[in-house]
Amino acid sequence: MSGYRLSAGGLVDRSQTVRFTFDGLPFTGYHGDTLASALLGNGVQVVGRSFKYHRPRGVLTAGSEEPNALVEVLDGAQKTPNVRATVQEIFPGLAAQAQNAWPSRNLDLMAVNDLLSPFLSAGFYYKTFMWPRAFWERLYEPLIRRAAGLGRLSGRHDESRYEKVFAFCDVLVIGSGPAGLMAALAAARSGARVIVADEDARMGGRLLADRPEIDGMPGDLWAAQVLEDLAGMPNVRLMPRTTVVGAHDQGTYAALERVSLHRAAPGDAPREAFWRIVAKRTVLAAGALERGIAFCNNDRPGIMLAGAARAYVHRYGVAPGQRVAVFGTTDSARQTARALQAAGVQVAALIDPREDASTLEDFKVIRGAVVTDTQGRKGLRRVQVRQGSNTFALEADSLLVSGGWNPSVHLACHMNGRPVWDDGIAAFVPKPGAVPGLDACGAAAGRFSTAACLQDGLRAGLAAVADLGLAAPALTAPQAEDGSYDITRLWHVPGKGRAWLDFANDVTVKDVMLSAQEGFRSVEHMKRYTTQGMAPDQGKNSNVAALAVLADATGQTIPGTGTTTFRPPYTPVSIAAMGGGGRASGFAPQRFLTSDAASRERGAPMIEAGLWYRPSYFPRPGETGWEVACDREVRMVRSAVGVCDVSTLGKIDIQGADAGRFLDFVYTNTFSTLPVGKVRYGLMLREDGHVMDDGTTARLGAQHYVMTTTTAAAGQVMRHLDFVAQAHCPDWDVRMISVTEQWAQFAVAGPRARDLLRAVLDDLPDLPFMGCAEVGLYGIRGRLFRISFSGELGFELAVPARFGESLFRDLVGRAETLSGGPYGMEALNVLRIEKGLITHAEIHGRTTAFDIGMAKMVSPKKDCIGKAAAARPGMHGPDREQLVGLRPVQPGQRLTAGAHLFTPGEDVKRENDQGYVTSVGPSPSLGWIGLGFLKNGRARVGEMVRLVDHLRGLDLLCEVCDPVFLDPAGEKLRG
Amino acid sequence: MAELIAKSPGAGLHLPVTRGGATLAEWLPGAITSVAPFAGAGDKVDAALTPLGMGFPAPNGMAQGKTARIVWTGRGQAFLIGAPAPEGLGAVAALTDQSDGWAGLRLAGPAAADVLARLVPLDLDSFAPGTAARSLLGHMALILMRPDPEVWDILVFRSMARTAIHELDTAMVQLAARAAG
Repeated sequence: MSGYRLSAGGLVDRSQTVRFTFDGLPFTGYHGDTLASALLGNGVQVVGRSFKYHRPRGVLTAGSEEPNALVEVLDGAQKTPNVRATVQEIFPGLAAQAQNAWPSRNLDLMAVNDLLSPFLSAGFYYKTFMWPRAFWERLYEPLIRRAAGLGRLSGRHDESRYEKVFAFCDVLVIGSGPAGLMAALAAARSGARVIVADEDARMGGRLLADRPEIDGMPGDLWAAQVLEDLAGMPNVRLMPRTTVVGAHDQGTYAALERVSLHRAAPGDAPREAFWRIVAKRTVLAAGALERGIAFCNNDRPGIMLAGAARAYVHRYGVAPGQRVAVFGTTDSARQTARALQAAGVQVAALIDPREDASTLEDFKVIRGAVVTDTQGRKGLRRVQVRQGSNTFALEADSLLVSGGWNPSVHLACHMNGRPVWDDGIAAFVPKPGAVPGLDACGAAAGRFSTAACLQDGLRAGLAAVADLGLAAPALTAPQAEDGSYDITRLWHVPGKGRAWLDFANDVTVKDVMLSAQEGFRSVEHMKRYTTQGMAPDQGKNSNVAALAVLADATGQTIPGTGTTTFRPPYTPVSIAAMGGGGRASGFAPQRFLTSDAASRERGAPMIEAGLWYRPSYFPRPGETGWEVACDREVRMVRSAVGVCDVSTLGKIDIQGADAGRFLDFVYTNTFSTLPVGKVRYGLMLREDGHVMDDGTTARLGAQHYVMTTTTAAAGQVMRHLDFVAQAHCPDWDVRMISVTEQWAQFAVAGPRARDLLRAVLDDLPDLPFMGCAEVGLYGIRGRLFRISFSGELGFELAVPARFGESLFRDLVGRAETLSGGPYGMEALNVLRIEKGLITHAEIHGRTTAFDIGMAKMVSPKKDCIGKAAAARPGMHGPDREQLVGLRPVQPGQRLTAGAHLFTPGEDVKRENDQGYVTSVGPSPSLGWIGLGFLKNGRARVGEMVRLVDHLRGLDLLCEVCDPVFLDPAGEKLRG
Repeated sequence: MAELIAKSPGAGLHLPVTRGGATLAEWLPGAITSVAPFAGAGDKVDAALTPLGMGFPAPNGMAQGKTARIVWTGRGQAFLIGAPAPEGLGAVAALTDQSDGWAGLRLAGPAAADVLARLVPLDLDSFAPGTAARSLLGHMALILMRPDPEVWDILVFRSMARTAIHELDTAMVQLAARAAG
């Protein structure tokens, strides 16, 4: 037996009993308990096993820094590992289990590692798993992976709700202890917008754990009063259960809120919310973390930090043990002994290493003494004490340790400022100004008494208010204890056995010394060699002590040894919270065509093109697979008429006196000479001379053009045009805006295209190839372009998007009476490959106008973006891979995009690579055909190449041909 | 004569919906015309807009006339919403019809700002009534307007209406569920 629930006291609600399970066993606690306090109250001492040696471990702390009491919380089939029992609130039905233990926390077979510990010291991985080399992947890695890692995931998708939230304030106060509350009060009363964030479910910080007297009342009551005051102000947002986890640029802070992890029936509430808080000023009042002392077997269940024990007594009404010993280097230990004594717990002794410690207490004080060892495998039984030359044993089931306090400097160091060593308190404190706008105060700045915290918090609050130019409120700090800290340094009690520094990663004093001995003397090297500080607690409990031991081993000072880098997050953050809402289809917006429903009704499978969903093909009854449907749709376009929604293509409206001049500058060819009512194909280069995009641009008026871009590059081209206009020709009179979404646009292609259009248009204009005109239909105005991406007689008809669905259904219905119908992306692809027309499969960002056979489109008469770069050596010539057509020598053979090309007879290896395949498709008339890039390809038409696809196991001979397979003279589309 | 049936961007997307203190409804803004004054034509644009009781708006501004509003939408660009472009405007500014390009949504109620705070990375407390901004709604391009203290008008690309409604509704559901705890 060890911990137990006190008969009275604590801030839990004893009228509300809460039932929960741990490792499948039923337990009860009270509303307001954490899992840790409830388990301690039930006398559970072993809550888990250590990472490496699988030693039984109990609760060490009462906060988010807990290294031992990591559990898995079960929720149906879901499992959340590494939940700190000291943070998880209990609720009716909570089910948790110990992790890292097999088969159970009380009988863990992996504990054999503990006996093997002489062989498992730091660095054993690097020494043991070296040879034979063949074992690395097949044996060692699976072995290490099975043994490594803390906790297990369910292996399922996490379909729970999470959210992201943005917040803004004048003053962000991090922490709600005495310093934080005073700072918040000062800022709030000045009228500033204040956010107070505290990671605890109940705000008040150490005022709840220590209950010091403030202005004559218990600290927790004073805190409640201030919080009520703050809650009543409209300019204050109180955020309990919210950990500020990162300090980032320009006053931006990341914070994780546990929204419903404490609720039995959260309904649709998110589990967690990830906040981005932008603050003009920040007060860091995050308090301090107590540190232990390294002595032999200092990790036994029942050994706890002294300040945590006070929290369990005062906050939860739970005693850590029946008979406790206290061992500490500051008066914090003495305070703990007094608190336990007052609560009726038997205090075996206070062991104080200070020779001059007062012995005037109602319990035994052993001064000038240290704890040298402990006994009790699954729970502390005995403590070995050395006083002078005497060594004796002390019976105790709980030992409460304090090696001093480390200010929570973490957030102040997130922008790479290192903390400063303060010799007076033997700890690091934040370096002022290390995070712009952030001011640390109270215990976080190394000021530990309640009075000092209240005063320093007030100072920080008023300083923030003054910085913001607000009037300071009349406010004074209340009265409170102002005891001295008076620490004596004790990091490590020398002895024979293992003395733990990092409980979470099982790193001992010996490991750190070994690191120094083997030459890993820098603190950063020591960290990586021993893994100290790399567990979920990120060394909160061990960093300072470990580097003190390292300093000792290397003969350096502690500030000379320095700290490792503090990085966000301060406490673990679930990836799900950071990506809140971004799972599955929430990853990116979905864009739907106006014809979407009509296409889906026809059974069209959708393919994603950027964010758009486009119909792949329109299956007819009896058709098996896409190739059959595609084949039919291609024949339909070539023989009758097809309708395809091409609204996804980018459309940019360009106007102004300099519109033509502007287009001449961004396109390689000339547009200022284009007559009104005509369309021209254009090629656009990047600054570096590679092709950016292609498309057609129509001239609607003397100073009015509409450009089309590819679907994939619509956004990129808009951005590019904006950049060119602003950066290169800011004085030109040119105005641009996207009209992509304004128009629903349909391709009508095939020999019977005119018949179809005549049926819907008021009057079909006699447009020449590459002509455009405004048209009337059904009482509305539309735009008609005679352009073709299929090689057939082709038009594109655009109407305002509200009519898109209706027009699509109308066109498709009428097309069907003309033996035509809708066609999808597969057919569109085959049609364009047959014509050698390019897409971004070909203009993929590494090809030039020369490569795609369009060098002549770069006008010699004018300059354009990318022209100079495209003329550089290496951007053109026979060494370049050039666009060619490819046909298998044996008819019927398939081709694959992504395959590589080789000269027949040469070895298939990287050095002999001659090019690659970019697009392929099954042509109904020609069989599989493809486009690709081949070194000096245009000169090799008629030659054979060997096509090899290692991924899909393809190796065949192809004939190199002209990329235009069909109707090279363009008679059909001009007809 | 046969007609084509017009569909609004939010048709079939189950609006309006009220959850907690917020209501999301489709907002049909009527005609939207982009107005980009040509070089040096600022005064003439203001003059052409006078009959509507407004001038060209300052950055992040909007002006509400009797029947129409004009909203700043970017560098040298504004949207005239709710009325056809007045005569003479087309000679001094580049105009385009944007009426079909955008899905309009109206989020209203005391909890509306808290809903938006889940999707829009702006300081909405400082977003006074009469303010407009280009920003993001989740990952979507957004034009946000606050015509009244508890009314937020939202324009997103028409093709993204479904995602926008889904994301706003999810934020509303989760916010209401928080309050229920």
